[in-house]
Amino acid sequence: MSAQQYDVIVIGAGHNGLVTASYLAKAGQKVLVLEAREQPGGAAQTREFAKGYRTSAVAHILHALHPKVIGDLGLEGHGLKATENRIGTSAMLPGGARLDITDDKAATQASIARFSPADAQAYHPRMERLVKLAGALGSFLMKTPPSPSPAANDFQTKLALGMFAVQLRLMGKKDMLEMSRILTINVADLANDFFESDIVKGLLGFEATLGVYLGPRSPNTVFNLLYRLASMNVKHGQGGLFLPQGGMGAVVDALVKAAKTAGVTIRTSAPVGHILIEKDVAVGVVLANGEEIRAPIVASSADPQRTLLHLVEPGNLDTEFLRRMRHLRMNGCVAKVHLALDGLPDALKQAQGRMVVAPSTNYVEHAFDCAKYGRVSDNPALEIVIPTLSDPSLAPSGKHVASILCQYAPFKLRTTTQDEARTQVLERTLNVLDQVAPGVRNQVTASEVLTPHDLESKFNLSGGQWHQGEVTLDQVFFLRPAASFQQYKMPLPGLWLCGAGAHPGGNVSGAAGANAAREILNDIRKTTARKGAA
Amino acid sequence: MASKYDAIVIGGGHNGLVTAAYLAKGGEKEGKNKLKVLVIERYHKVGGAAMSEEIYPGFTYSTCSYVCSLLRPEIFRFLDLPRHGLQVIPYEINSSPNHEGEGIVTYSDHDRTRESLRRHSIKDAEAYDHYAAEISRQCRFIKPLLMVTPPDPTRLNPFAQNKINPWGKRNDLEGLLKIGREFGRMGEKQMYEIIRFWTMSIGDFLDEYFETPRWKGFAAASSIIGTALGPYSPGTAYVLLHHYMGEVDGQIGAWGFARGGMGSVSKAIASAATEAGVEIRTNAEVAKVIIRGGKAVGVTLGNGEEIYARTVVSNADPKRTYLKLIEKSDLDSIDPDIHAYAKNFKIRGSSGKLNIALDGLPQFAGLPKESAWGTIDIGGDFDYIERAYDDYKYGSWSKRPFLDIVIPTTVDPTMAPPGKHFMSVFVQYVPYKLGEQPWTPEMKSAFEKDVLDTIEMNAPGFKDLILHCQTRTPWDIENEVGLTEGNIFQGELTLDQMLFNRPFPGLGQYRGPFDNFYMCGSGTHPGGGVMGAPGANAAREMLRDFKHGVV
Repeated sequence: MSAQQYDVIVIGAGHNGLVTASYLAKAGQKVLVLEAREQPGGAAQTREFAKGYRTSAVAHILHALHPKVIGDLGLEGHGLKATENRIGTSAMLPGGARLDITDDKAATQASIARFSPADAQAYHPRMERLVKLAGALGSFLMKTPPSPSPAANDFQTKLALGMFAVQLRLMGKKDMLEMSRILTINVADLANDFFESDIVKGLLGFEATLGVYLGPRSPNTVFNLLYRLASMNVKHGQGGLFLPQGGMGAVVDALVKAAKTAGVTIRTSAPVGHILIEKDVAVGVVLANGEEIRAPIVASSADPQRTLLHLVEPGNLDTEFLRRMRHLRMNGCVAKVHLALDGLPDALKQAQGRMVVAPSTNYVEHAFDCAKYGRVSDNPALEIVIPTLSDPSLAPSGKHVASILCQYAPFKLRTTTQDEARTQVLERTLNVLDQVAPGVRNQVTASEVLTPHDLESKFNLSGGQWHQGEVTLDQVFFLRPAASFQQYKMPLPGLWLCGAGAHPGGNVSGAAGANAAREILNDIRKTTARKGAA
Repeated sequence: MASKYDAIVIGGGHNGLVTAAYLAKGGEKEGKNKLKVLVIERYHKVGGAAMSEEIYPGFTYSTCSYVCSLLRPEIFRFLDLPRHGLQVIPYEINSSPNHEGEGIVTYSDHDRTRESLRRHSIKDAEAYDHYAAEISRQCRFIKPLLMVTPPDPTRLNPFAQNKINPWGKRNDLEGLLKIGREFGRMGEKQMYEIIRFWTMSIGDFLDEYFETPRWKGFAAASSIIGTALGPYSPGTAYVLLHHYMGEVDGQIGAWGFARGGMGSVSKAIASAATEAGVEIRTNAEVAKVIIRGGKAVGVTLGNGEEIYARTVVSNADPKRTYLKLIEKSDLDSIDPDIHAYAKNFKIRGSSGKLNIALDGLPQFAGLPKESAWGTIDIGGDFDYIERAYDDYKYGSWSKRPFLDIVIPTTVDPTMAPPGKHFMSVFVQYVPYKLGEQPWTPEMKSAFEKDVLDTIEMNAPGFKDLILHCQTRTPWDIENEVGLTEGNIFQGELTLDQMLFNRPFPGLGQYRGPFDNFYMCGSGTHPGGGVMGAPGANAAREMLRDFKHGVV
């Protein structure tokens, strides 16, 4: 081998991998991105699931893409329209009743008032308070998590912590106390404190449990709600829910363009076999076909389990760290259902762009009970979007696509086989869907079900967990992915983590990738300074 | 109106009595500002939930709480409780019967437990060393927190004493610094473990160590007792500590029986209080706290009698105190949020109690005879407990409940006639209401039958030994003992209701929203269990205010 061609190898061309690569390349590093599949994008791509029908593969709503990432990488210049096709949320009840939540305050109030006048009055003040509290948490999304031991932090981190403390203080005593109270409580209690109607409580319960293996009555679920609200804040996300034109693939297209412009080399169909380790240091990767590529820095956007348990060969990491990795909670519990539709029932046409079926707290809790014992929910809670309403090009003319999240379908099944689970997910999703939109079942011409198992095998997401590890209080901030390794640097020198498995976690936000790139560059600067001094 | 008393304590539970005794003695430096104290108790004797009563002729029942460990040794020594007749007999064995095979037995001796575990799984026996070490590390951190007043994080100077003396240094600042130093000494890794531990579920925690399902279910028991959560609910790992940090005779984590039932604890504290000059009035129910000009000045009894005092301290739970004893208009004139805090305070009862007089000693399936000397937990794996929890979640009692059984008469012959036994059965989960309906006698007997059947299944022949059975649902516990919704901790022990948020955000330092008004029950930091710490902490804060002339 001649002189090293690359400074950095990024494993995985998911959105975070591309963000890291772009930031590094812009800073003058020579970067190679290796992607196992034929096209980049990971969980954020647009793909054909039935002939002529396309949709976003896993994530289907864009809300968290960090404004700083959009600006730094000039994504808008590369064709991304991040705030196009803004959508509202409809909570759907069996029988056709519906509650619409949109930007129009008066209309939203009127819609809630049909279920409960008291809730209509309470809704906006309550939610605005939650958003305010979430905003304070959100300021940490683009920061590297500090260490709880003050001595271990550098000046930058101390400054960030200080700013956070000031921000908390500025919220006022009442809000500070409220934050400390609700951060760890369960969403069922919070909903009961705030509202009286089942439909509003059910919706809140769904928002708080989406993507985590917890039910509305599990403590710490309010944290997940705040986490979602933080990323929907204009300061830390795009400020609402959006269906990008062209599906999530459009985001990836812009990221790929940005990366290429910055000089990044992207190789697809190049699965990494393992990370090359010499003298206890990561020095490159070995592809599945045996090809060796060397670089002083390897940044993996694969999830922590895949990176540290599979790509790093056994014997290179200490056992306690490995035990923690093995016990990361990543029991994916959301299945994705794609339907090709001949036409659209009125119920789905008239509702807002995002439809939720979670009629009450107990409905979601019952759905969770099934998952608790390792079964697919008998009556799953659903999130439905019809991307073809805003982008007809995703299906043949006049036809539609429904993209549905089915919660809960746990990765860890007890007695159900994978094939049974897939049938159950489709059958039960259609049952529930047919209740809120009668007749939809007859309009389905083709369908695809991606259970958490499929997400693992097709998209390399361990446990089918699309946040690369549940975003719960014991797995966030300086505990993500593991204590002492929250600053993107892994226990193997030269190896970095830059995916959603690192702080601040999932959603298509790019924050983890941007933070990792910053840390990597800091490290490079320090190393060169040391070498220069020597 | 002349104040005859320096302080009135509402409720003669163990914490109220501890507060009274501390106040009358003048705090830990005995002799300084001794106060004249009156304890008002509605029942005909003191004790609250730490009570011994003869319900069936010849038998002494510990009617509510049933074992002793958490009572702080500081209090034990300061009030000289042994001299006042309190004797705690430690027991050394915990077990769980198994009607399909061998039961689980653990001992207070670590090595013996490990050997016992080897019979189920060699891997678990090996892991037990690491597990026990981790638990004691966690306990070491939390114990110093029990006897300090939690700082208010929202104040500019979190250690400021009160509004009269906002820049004053707290005495317990020293204690907190000590905790801080302790935390610092631990090293980064241990800090992370603590932070993680406080937010995780006991299920996840045990899964990291062990493999035997029944053993994991058994080990999880302490985490769910008294809570309205299942083993896979986050935050339950902390509750485990709450049951592990006790001690008997300096042996950490040990549990024991109070000789003569739990009433002996209250009796001894009451005797120490009386000796110090505390006046105790029983059969007197406080109806209202009298608030004038934003100050608590006394109480009105149920019969209309008014008693005035310089300070009022409530041992009742936060909901009862702020929603029943205090007028809403009085609260609203200070801060309308307090009423909302009180309304939203989580105090769901989740446990019932069966007190049974037995003709002889039952034999539990799969266990050695001596297991009856300690606690016997009837349960199973996590699923067993989760299913029991599911019943509760949707408003019913657990059809196959988790039971924590003790037979104190095996080591304390004073509680039953020779050859007979008293059995205390703690039942989890039992709701306060069934759906939205109150308990009916039929429902109560159906519940009783489910519990007795569960015991019979694990101890064949048990039912034939029953002489008398007293059944208490959370509904009964509220009406008979006065604990709102029958919650044994005076408020759920979840992170949002701990430290400076216990009872309510902003009122975490034993002081109420009114001047001269205080709280001293388990509804304040550090929470429930027959611990006495809230009572002692509250007295310390009150004495400080007396000393500084705030009241």
